[in-house]
Amino acid sequence: MSDTLARQDRLRALMLLSPAYLWLTVAVFLPLSAMAFFSFLTDLPFGGRQWSITLANFAAFFQTPTYAILLWKSLQLGLIVTLLCVIIAFPCAYVLAKVIKGRWREAMFLLVILPFWSNSLVRVFSWAIVLRGNGVLDRAVNAVLPWDVKVNLMFSQSAIVIGLVHSYLPYVILTAYLALQALDDSLIEAARSLGAKKRTILWRIILPLSLPGLIAGAVLVFVPVVGSFMEPRLLGGRMGTYYGTVIEDQFVAVFNWPLGAALSFILLAVVLVILAVASPVLRRAQI
Amino acid sequence: MKRLLLTTAAVLAGSSAFAEEIRVLNWQGYGTDIDWALAAYTEATGNTVVHEYFTSEQEMMTKLRTNPGAYDVVLVNSAFTAQMQAEGLLAAIDASKIPNFKDIDPAFAGNEDLNAGGALHGVPWTWGLTSFAVNTGDFATPPTSISVLWDPAYKGRISIRDDGLEAVQLAALATGQNINAITDLDAVKAKLTELMPQISTYWGSENDWNQYMAAGDLAAASYWSGSAARAISKGLPVAFVVPDEGAIGWLDGLSVPATSTKQDAAYTFIDWMIDPDFYVKWDAEGAPATSNMAAAAALPETSFNRSVLGDPAVVAKVQFMKPVSDDDRAKYLALWQELKAAQ
Repeated sequence: MSDTLARQDRLRALMLLSPAYLWLTVAVFLPLSAMAFFSFLTDLPFGGRQWSITLANFAAFFQTPTYAILLWKSLQLGLIVTLLCVIIAFPCAYVLAKVIKGRWREAMFLLVILPFWSNSLVRVFSWAIVLRGNGVLDRAVNAVLPWDVKVNLMFSQSAIVIGLVHSYLPYVILTAYLALQALDDSLIEAARSLGAKKRTILWRIILPLSLPGLIAGAVLVFVPVVGSFMEPRLLGGRMGTYYGTVIEDQFVAVFNWPLGAALSFILLAVVLVILAVASPVLRRAQI
Repeated sequence: MKRLLLTTAAVLAGSSAFAEEIRVLNWQGYGTDIDWALAAYTEATGNTVVHEYFTSEQEMMTKLRTNPGAYDVVLVNSAFTAQMQAEGLLAAIDASKIPNFKDIDPAFAGNEDLNAGGALHGVPWTWGLTSFAVNTGDFATPPTSISVLWDPAYKGRISIRDDGLEAVQLAALATGQNINAITDLDAVKAKLTELMPQISTYWGSENDWNQYMAAGDLAAASYWSGSAARAISKGLPVAFVVPDEGAIGWLDGLSVPATSTKQDAAYTFIDWMIDPDFYVKWDAEGAPATSNMAAAAALPETSFNRSVLGDPAVVAKVQFMKPVSDDDRAKYLALWQELKAAQ
């Protein structure tokens, strides 16, 4: 009797899980395996072209310093953007979770999520209008300041960072907000009644307890930013060549899919290594 | 139009071909498939035209190799004519059967790629340039040297396309080298290294380019002649420059496949395509430059293809692009990526 029950449970679990697994297989596993396969080919197996298995695409990464330089640049960009996102998002999330109450919180929340509803390309182009010389920012600054300044941030690393931080900030605000909301107010009250200063409360109670949320948000930002290509290309101009844009070039400009796939998997490996190395720190933060 | 009818009538009289179906292989939307032109051609000759399209030169060659006899006219870029002639895919052209051929610019008719194997294998049809255009707001009179791209006065207001081959060829022009036989790649690299700080951004599309130029963000930027013509006709303040150092040119020819069974009918169609009457109407819709001197002379004075590209002095400065080997292509791409990564 208990045997059949257990079997029924298993069957039900399998049925409930199957859509998710099917989805993962079709949307993640198959395309990724196809790309993994391509990365070992000399040419695409379409249109009757000759191809064979090779490691040359992976070797190409090490043959010139170009790719390593770009990867390093992209990792730095990822770090800067992640750091800025965390620094800006934490106070926002704190205000949302602990200061504002009721309907205002809903309104503020909507404002945080609102950018998500517009296409990311539209957001990037709006930034282009703001940042360029004689653009919105330039005119605004000159309208306020009595002396003449030239503000032209377009086509610089600053423009890329601004665009990326704006795109990814909501992730960190949301994860930090969830962590902060779970934090019991009575802990803060207890600390206060025991005479702890505001800074002590922040460092000893609020920050450590909301760290899991901040780290989850940081990982959510870091990984896509390292591989980003649209923001660097549109906002960075000449300064906008990163590892992601080189991969994009392989796919859309020079049609060297095998090399593009190999470069993508090297990026995946490097990001996984970084997360693995950081994992002891991350795990300690979660406890 | 009367002349056109007479010439075609003359051709028809000289050939036994009548009411044939000609199969044309070309890029889609590239001149040979304009409705009004085909209707007029069919009316004048009785021949009907069927099109098939390709999306890359490789595809075009594959189609010719695998479907012998299926095509009568094929568009071949001069950089590919020699290779295809060597493969035996193209028939030698009998220019005496193409009345309008006498008006073809001798420089094009004698092009050594089109005359691969010692005989003409492609009738020069259209051509265009890659050079640069300037903002007339910054240049009251257009410059005559490509060195303006390196002029510190325009730092941050220069742009080129994000393309390794084009960048290398522009630098080859600036260093006085033959774009088809670059001997000193180090000089090219040094020249491009100097160019990089001048550049604000790379342009990716005609639309990009026109927007940057309209906003005054750019003072000078590499551009294609056809795109410049369209930008000027839209009223943008730009002037296309063919500098003293030269410009990169491409030349498209109409060829007859060796396996075509309707070669005489094919000649009438090629003749129709290089005819001034057709070209003048096509130019009004936005055409590349013509290789036919009579057609160029028949254009209105204001036409870009006449005022800029119709000048023989301009044509003399052009270096027509030859095939680029895969090795060279890879070398140029690596150089370009290295320069971009160093920014």
